[in-house]
Amino acid sequence: MENAGSAPRVLTAKAAGLVGCTQCGRVHAPGVALCSRCGAAISSRDGTSVQRVWAWLFAGLVVYIPANLYPMLRTTLLGKTTDSTIFGGVVDLIHHGSYGVATIVFVASIVIPVSKFIAIAYLALSVERKVSLSAHRRHVLYEVVEFIGRWSMIDVFVVAILSSLVQLDFAAQINPGIAAVSFALSVAFTMVSAQSFDSRLIWDADGE
Amino acid sequence: MTAEPSALPPDPDGLIACPSCDALHRLRDVAPGETARCVRCHTVLEAPRRTAMTRIIMLALAALILMVAAIFFPFLELEAAGRIHRASLLDTVMAFSSGLTAPLTLAMAALIVILPVTRFLALIYVLAPMAFGWRPAAHAAPAFRLAEALRPWAMAEVFIVGVAVALVKVAGLAHIFIGPAFWAFVALVIVTVLKDNFMSRVTVWKTLEARRAS
Repeated sequence: MENAGSAPRVLTAKAAGLVGCTQCGRVHAPGVALCSRCGAAISSRDGTSVQRVWAWLFAGLVVYIPANLYPMLRTTLLGKTTDSTIFGGVVDLIHHGSYGVATIVFVASIVIPVSKFIAIAYLALSVERKVSLSAHRRHVLYEVVEFIGRWSMIDVFVVAILSSLVQLDFAAQINPGIAAVSFALSVAFTMVSAQSFDSRLIWDADGE
Repeated sequence: MTAEPSALPPDPDGLIACPSCDALHRLRDVAPGETARCVRCHTVLEAPRRTAMTRIIMLALAALILMVAAIFFPFLELEAAGRIHRASLLDTVMAFSSGLTAPLTLAMAALIVILPVTRFLALIYVLAPMAFGWRPAAHAAPAFRLAEALRPWAMAEVFIVGVAVALVKVAGLAHIFIGPAFWAFVALVIVTVLKDNFMSRVTVWKTLEARRAS
């Protein structure tokens, strides 16, 4: 009987003593450094992958802190200036009654980044120790993380659009705050972190 | 594609390794319109479509033209207390140019305009000779690698959602008019998504290799 929930046993390029290209799928004999089809650097497994994942993840985490503490938007209405942070912006939107947009901003700037940190850390940990989620589930999780990362940039774009549009001198003016920079960096760093992850490691941990 | 359980041909040329999970599959011809997936992780391995190359080039060209329109026409217009303020895509890019946020200007320009345009150009450069049945252009392989590497960083569609959110935020404050550039950009996003759906990376690489050899 086959164990429910686990994938059928398959032979990998690594187990067969061959090296597969992660760009184009071409299979090479061991010892080849560059793929003969697409020219990408190939290796059986990326040994530094998990290290790089952690490094970029921590970098992203560090810059995510000032992104939440400092103002994202600086609004001047009739000479009165107010600063609003990411969370403050969400609260303002709720007060205005725009629940839909408040949800988009809240999900894109708080829920997605935080769950991304957790998901990447979980995936990196799962390579080294046994976890309850099956390899298939973790693979889906990885694809979701890779797909969704860029959508966190929404808030940075919103700040840019508002600051270029609302420039009515005295009546109303919106300027970007310093948190926009650290937030953009945080998104970029976590994107690199997710890209550094060698997804083949997910299945290796499961197979043996 | 079929998974290879035990006996293995010594020749790696007859095999394909899943780019996502490394499972080996024996190569076979995939008919146009068919989609070959990895038996283990279900990643799409090959999905040849008969006119895919031509379609991708057409869509990339359309996207380039739309991008030019989006840059030069007015994007959004705001009216409050009898005063009108226009913002183009360039103004949006330049929004961060003063003070401590200056480095973001470059990043914005890259994410919304430069990287998408580079990607379209690289794709046209690589795929145009393919569509005409010519030999691949010089340095086609690095150009296609670049196009694929830029894929997550070209954020036009994220920007459009950002515009929508920003519009709702200012809606109470002033009257907003949407300029032609906005619609050009929306069309650009749709075209980009369509184009990426036609692309099957392994198929493009295999075509490039086959044409190079001939």
